[in-house]
Amino acid sequence: MSELKSMSDNTPNSPQLESQQRRRFIGAATATAAGLAIAPGVMLYEVAHGRSEDEAVSSAVRWGMLVDATKCATGCNDCVSACSTENGWTSVAESKHPKQAPQWIRKLELQDPLTQMETNLPMMCQHCAEPPCVDVCPTGASFKRADGIVLVNRHTCIGCRYCMMACPYKARSLVHESLNDTQKPDVPRGIGCVEACTLCVQKIDRGDGNTACAEACTAAGHNALLFGDMNDPESEISKRLRELPTKQVRADLNLNLGVRYHGI
Amino acid sequence: MASITFREVEGSSLKYWLLFGFFGLFVLFGALAWNYMHHHGHVVTGMDNQIVWGLPHVFAVFLIVAASGALNVASIASVFNKPMYKPLAPLSAVLSLALMLGGLLVLVLDLGRSDRLIVAMTHFNFKSMFTWNVFLYSGFFGLVGVYLWTMLDRSVKTYSKAAGTAAFIWRLVLTTGTGSLFGFLIARELYGTAMLAPMFIIMSFAYGLAVYLMVLAAAYAWTGRTLGDAVMMRLKSLLVVFVAAVLYFVVVHHMTNLYFTKFHAVEAFILRDGGIFTTLFWVGQILVGGVIPLIILLSALGKQRTWIMIACALVILGGVAQMYVTIIGAQAYPLDLFPGLTEKSSFFDGEVHGYSPSMPELFLGLGGVAIALLATTFAVKVLRLLPASLDDATVAKLEH
Repeated sequence: MSELKSMSDNTPNSPQLESQQRRRFIGAATATAAGLAIAPGVMLYEVAHGRSEDEAVSSAVRWGMLVDATKCATGCNDCVSACSTENGWTSVAESKHPKQAPQWIRKLELQDPLTQMETNLPMMCQHCAEPPCVDVCPTGASFKRADGIVLVNRHTCIGCRYCMMACPYKARSLVHESLNDTQKPDVPRGIGCVEACTLCVQKIDRGDGNTACAEACTAAGHNALLFGDMNDPESEISKRLRELPTKQVRADLNLNLGVRYHGI
Repeated sequence: MASITFREVEGSSLKYWLLFGFFGLFVLFGALAWNYMHHHGHVVTGMDNQIVWGLPHVFAVFLIVAASGALNVASIASVFNKPMYKPLAPLSAVLSLALMLGGLLVLVLDLGRSDRLIVAMTHFNFKSMFTWNVFLYSGFFGLVGVYLWTMLDRSVKTYSKAAGTAAFIWRLVLTTGTGSLFGFLIARELYGTAMLAPMFIIMSFAYGLAVYLMVLAAAYAWTGRTLGDAVMMRLKSLLVVFVAAVLYFVVVHHMTNLYFTKFHAVEAFILRDGGIFTTLFWVGQILVGGVIPLIILLSALGKQRTWIMIACALVILGGVAQMYVTIIGAQAYPLDLFPGLTEKSSFFDGEVHGYSPSMPELFLGLGGVAIALLATTFAVKVLRLLPASLDDATVAKLEH
């Protein structure tokens, strides 16, 4: 009973204690409000400047690409070469086995047989929000990161090629032979595994904020490729996507693609 | 019901060991082919990034489909209570297990990383039809194994019907799964249809029975046991129904596609302009695998044992042709990324993809067939699977 009595003495009825608690509450509330106000800025800073290895990717971001086919130059292959250099895959022209050589990105030449209208565009993994390759992968090696990038876990890919059967964009390749020494340390590859465009995930995680293909396209002065966060309304890509009419390839499949095309 | 004596094949003759050695040789070739492919990678095969599933898949899927079909004879005996089929049931179960073993081996040895099989056994994605098939295949081995046990061990014979029914239902689900491997693919125009599941089931009935009939006839002929016409004629009639049903499904599938304008190009490819695929479809799948066997079996020729065997062999060949058209033909036709436009690229977009299977692929596939037949040859030696006689008088007694 005496314990209860002494406890009741410390109840908020005491005016001194009440003001202490109020001060503490105001302090905490101010700190929380300040935190909430600063957090998005900090988050954006983090996103833009890479993240540490133990930090998970966030679904607040959705990486994507806008391809402006009207600016894509005929005969230009800079995006393909840049991808090959950045990711260490041998270009098809240098390969001894062209039909079996992996191609992470390729230039497509389209023509309307009636009107003769020609269109050029790069084709690669479309980083679907609902990727069929992820659905069919028996081991879960084919997966989608929280930030929308579709990847293959090279440790659990068994090379069954079911994802290649399932992909409507022919975006994936099997590594048919032992790899030469062009491999890059931050781009794991391996014989018998399936691979595709990673949206230069190693560059994104480093905080480069752009892909090798888009950098090359800009460097060539074509500006047909724009990479960015489609979830951020203030990003360049979001602004352009709001203005330009764009299409998704095989939109009938309703896969919600991370790559959008203008001029097709 | 009259009892029937089951007896092992003696298996000590030179002929037995020659047969055993012959199959063994092809198993060895298959193993060497795998070793070669595994060492160098798929670069030594005819497969590429356009035709990603090649000849090994043709053999593997054929064997898996035939495996579930080979179980039918046993199912008719225990599930549908037809006493005449009871003595035929143990071989049916063993053959289905052996074919499944052969098919699965080819499938897993054709993986880009066949050394990572353990990963496939420990990492599952339950949205994948492949994952479902891993369980369906393992369950098939378990259930058919138990079923076989109830047939061979008198002390558990009372459970035979239950085990047989479970195995029958399982095999239907299994072949639904095999058909759905293709049926659940949205990318390719010839896939992505529920038709494939029932079509694969009816194909399994035909292919499995054709294989079963050939193995049964060979086993009885080579061991000097009597196989009466009653059994042969009954199974022959069953084969007629199955082969006709396969043709029906194939016609419905293509007729439906032909009605939709968006499928006209791909149908024209398979049915008219596809070169080897068109030839394999019309000559292999339809004529050799369907029409000719039906003519043989329904005419007076169908009363002769040799012609029944020829018809069975044709059904099997037609089945392999069908798998080739279904699996490789569908990939050979280019993906239509931009309907209505012509496409060109360094990645062979917009072109029909050629495929020439390599020797290692062929021998890997044949290795699967050989291991299935080797396992069966061994099983009839060590287990009492075959009745000592299946003459007409013995079989007639079963029916009464």
